[in-house]
Amino acid sequence: MVSIVEYGVGNLFSLKSSFAAIGEEVRITGDKDELLSSERIILPGVGAFGDAADSLRANGLDRVLLKAADKGIPIMGICLGMQLLFDFSEEYGHHKGLGLIPGGVKPISDVIPPELKIPHIGWNALSFGEKKHPIFKNIREGDFVYFVHSYYGADCSESTIALTEYGAPITAAVARGNVCGCQFHPEKSGEVGLNILRAFCAWDGR
Amino acid sequence: MITKRIIPCLDVKDGRVVKGVNFKGLGDVSSPVELAEFYSSCGADELVFYDITASSDGRKLFTDILTETAKKVFIPLTVGGGINTVEDFDRVLKCGADKVSVNSGAIRNPDLIPRAAERYGNQCVVISADVKRVNGVFKVFAKGGREETDLEAVSWIKRCVDNGAGEVVLNSIDTDGVKGGFDLEMLKAVSDAVSVPVIACGGAGCAEDFLKLLKTLPKVDAGLAASIFHFGEVKIEELKKLLSDNGINVRAI
Repeated sequence: MVSIVEYGVGNLFSLKSSFAAIGEEVRITGDKDELLSSERIILPGVGAFGDAADSLRANGLDRVLLKAADKGIPIMGICLGMQLLFDFSEEYGHHKGLGLIPGGVKPISDVIPPELKIPHIGWNALSFGEKKHPIFKNIREGDFVYFVHSYYGADCSESTIALTEYGAPITAAVARGNVCGCQFHPEKSGEVGLNILRAFCAWDGR
Repeated sequence: MITKRIIPCLDVKDGRVVKGVNFKGLGDVSSPVELAEFYSSCGADELVFYDITASSDGRKLFTDILTETAKKVFIPLTVGGGINTVEDFDRVLKCGADKVSVNSGAIRNPDLIPRAAERYGNQCVVISADVKRVNGVFKVFAKGGREETDLEAVSWIKRCVDNGAGEVVLNSIDTDGVKGGFDLEMLKAVSDAVSVPVIACGGAGCAEDFLKLLKTLPKVDAGLAASIFHFGEVKIEELKKLLSDNGINVRAI
């Protein structure tokens, strides 16, 4: 059973449908016991970092996620959900994240040439570096995924498992132990995205 | 680097694609769900569903179809047509839309774009403008291009973007249906004025028209068309190959 964390942020219809489409049992829940008894957890998110982090804390879900990570449950953060895994974000102020991935979330305007549009929106290619993480076992270097974001994971080269190029190398995915995150939307990235979700569902977190 | 996008548009009325389509090898298809699946498999980068029903029964059918599509098609879906209130945004986003395009609704209600952007984020709000030259001025038309407004197009679109629209669909009434190519002059004026993605619409008659568009105007991010895709005059795989062979960065599938 895959649990998608419900904390009042964003629209989870497509995400839920994408797991159903690959034949996985899936539920949307904000219940502590349900989350901790899941085989794997998806942390979604759209909108602003500060609001989302506050909302997680208000529901006590920050502690639940840290506990789940500690228990070895494979966790995947998606888009803002990936950013929430970091130590902090500089989006509209300074906000504390879950601290599961070392590094901070910063504006892409810091690193990309000024003529490029923000948000970084559309299909862009992935590169993996030397070692391919298990969540990418079903896809190839150069495959395209769908991005929509204005902030990115910075100072996280140790955990970076995929990059994309937008006038500068931008963190596309991160992992540390049983916790991983994608800046892009696998649930909106066609067959490539479904193949990443399939691989995540086959991953033991090691 | 980010790729240029190719976007088929499906006009949906009473739950069916208007006019239906006829693909070689696919037969006559008027189910929006089937057509969406077909386009997604051919390499469409995104889909636009345009609701042209007026009745509330039709509205319900439309959202049912959207839900059904979002269960099967995993590329971004934009929905337009009849979006007049923030509640309309809510209605289609719950059914699986990723972006919502507003047209006449934004003209009637200037608060619509800022309120929707505040609630759902700029990336979710698309301003779609039907524009036609009147005495040498680009004028915005409302109600599906039937009614002239007082609005000058470039300043109107710029204002919508300043208010929170995260993307622009520019439909030239002058070139729409003529199949002589996109309206490069109008598209240049708009894409030079805004810093968000601009999607060109109206006038494509062949694959070369997309190439000319994207070669001439590097600030345009996507090309949108309906009937030339529906009638198989332009096949998305072949179009993307043509673009790629000519140095335009597109998503390979």
